[in-house]
Amino acid sequence: MRTEAKVGLGLLLTPLLLWLSLLIFIPHVDMFIVSLQERIGVGKYQTSLANYLTFFQEPLYLWTFLRTAVMSILATLMTLLIAFPVSYYIAKMVKGRLQSALFLMCLVPFWVSELVRTFGWMILLRETGIFSNLLQFVGLADGPVEMLYNDGAIMLGLVYTSMLFMVVPLVTTLESLPDEVIEAGYDLGGSGLSVLREIIIPHAMPGIVSGCIVVFMLSLGNYLTPTMLGGKESLWFTELIYSQFIVRFNWELGSAFGFMLLILSSAIVWGMLKLTGQSLEKTMG
Amino acid sequence: MTPDLECSALTKRFGDTTAVENVSFQVPPGSFFSILGPSGCGKTTIMRMIAGFLEPSEGDIRIKGKSVLNVAPNKRPVNMVFQHLALFPMMNIAENIGYGLRRQGMDKTQIGRKVDEALDRIGLPGIGSRKVDELSGGQKQRVAIARCMVLEPDVLLLDEPLGALDLKLRERMKVELKSLQAAFDTTFVYITHDQSEALVMSDNIAVMNNGQFEQMGSGQDLYYRPESAFVAGFVGDTNRWQGKVTRKEGDAIELVTENGLTLRGATHGRDLSDGQQADVFVRPEAIRIAHDAADLAHFDNRISGRVTSLLFNGAASRILVGSEDGREEIEVNLPQSGEFSSIAKGDAVHIGWASDQGNCFKAGGN
Repeated sequence: MRTEAKVGLGLLLTPLLLWLSLLIFIPHVDMFIVSLQERIGVGKYQTSLANYLTFFQEPLYLWTFLRTAVMSILATLMTLLIAFPVSYYIAKMVKGRLQSALFLMCLVPFWVSELVRTFGWMILLRETGIFSNLLQFVGLADGPVEMLYNDGAIMLGLVYTSMLFMVVPLVTTLESLPDEVIEAGYDLGGSGLSVLREIIIPHAMPGIVSGCIVVFMLSLGNYLTPTMLGGKESLWFTELIYSQFIVRFNWELGSAFGFMLLILSSAIVWGMLKLTGQSLEKTMG
Repeated sequence: MTPDLECSALTKRFGDTTAVENVSFQVPPGSFFSILGPSGCGKTTIMRMIAGFLEPSEGDIRIKGKSVLNVAPNKRPVNMVFQHLALFPMMNIAENIGYGLRRQGMDKTQIGRKVDEALDRIGLPGIGSRKVDELSGGQKQRVAIARCMVLEPDVLLLDEPLGALDLKLRERMKVELKSLQAAFDTTFVYITHDQSEALVMSDNIAVMNNGQFEQMGSGQDLYYRPESAFVAGFVGDTNRWQGKVTRKEGDAIELVTENGLTLRGATHGRDLSDGQQADVFVRPEAIRIAHDAADLAHFDNRISGRVTSLLFNGAASRILVGSEDGREEIEVNLPQSGEFSSIAKGDAVHIGWASDQGNCFKAGGN
């Protein structure tokens, strides 16, 4: 019986283990090995930390790296600020059909591919786009206005793309807060702000943190939005990795970049959890 | 003396439905007032209007003589113990109790002292640093009351707070709530659908049905002198028959039930005349039971029959007696003397009761 149970468990775990080892573990090990190779001649390699050294010695790489991190954090915070009232409204202020309808409306944009959605923003923001024409028509601008290809456009795209991934965990945690508890907060003398600070936000913390982690990871690893909305000079770290692999054909440096990105995202997520006093089990469980 | 809480002509409409209709009452200081009614009768709506979560459509609410209609919930001198208690799970017990004091801007040492005092008062000293989910149901109950009482409200509202507890604990909490009320000497307004909670704890009870107060009075008033068929049927257990009035002499009437049983009852001054349909209510404990018909000669309602069922429940044991002609079934309390402890299903018994124990109301009510 015990051996049978073990076999059963093994069989059930097989798909997961295959997934983890083939798609996550093996490629990473391989990438790590590649990142430690230094080309010393045609087809000749030696093991060294040279690729990582290049990363730290070249200001452009470091700058792009920091810029990506800061902008992703900013995008995450902006998503949180916009999504929190929206989620609170959906979870607590409306009931029944309207609630499902609003929730569905948050979901609808995700039925089309990210590429199409980003093109949508380009149609709105470009020089000959709708906003530009509107501004000229109203008389607020004399000539065509280019709103694409800047950091603002990237930020807009990132926040828009991530919204759903913040709204879903927030709505779920806010819905689990009984109305009674909020009312008790008011009944005992709390003002709107103190109820928000002492009751609603502490209760929603696991949702806030898990939403932030997902949004941050998505922004950090996003390639399409910064490239399309930010243009050639958008300087997103994923673009650097892409160009090392595909344009420069320098897999060794690209792998080292990839690893730096992994370390960066892990470090920031860990720091965020420590800062908010949450643990991964609490936010994901 | 100004009443602690006074509602006058309070009305609340939601669209076309009227949840509360023209309700007026006064609660004197330091008393325990209950609103008793079936679910959906509007009692929670009254409570939420007093707490300030709902705006009345008409009427006024005065606390210690001052109208609170334009006062926000967080500024009203009333606090509420919620149905599911609504303790803040993100805070420990001391923080829960101190929440309202922190909102008042009291300094930390004073809050600490007040919280300790409150914990002593509810008999749970030293649990301040525990988490909410580490407490038992009864302890949470007491913490929820302490959390309100540290704010020294003029009126404490309790919204069926015993509903979630198991039976044994509920019985104990009834006594405990009453003594907490005496200890804090605060006006309690309690709403419940459980008549025994209301009867045990309250100084005054209002029975509510369909958005209106049916009757207001002490527990004894409601139990022994119900003013409407609804109150007679809702408060306490009772036998109930419907029949046609065949004779009326002053207060005493005679009626014949649909199944042909003749009963005598009293109108207690209510308007009822010959030929009208009437409801008659007789409490199971008002009915005497005897082995010999002669023992019941002084009662004007006498029925002979057989025990159709024995409902043993310790001191509150009952039997169901089917009348000889099999027309009606009557619930009768067994005397606690043990005289009938050996009674069994199928035994022949005689039962009887005085006509003034049969409360009659015009039919068509509830």
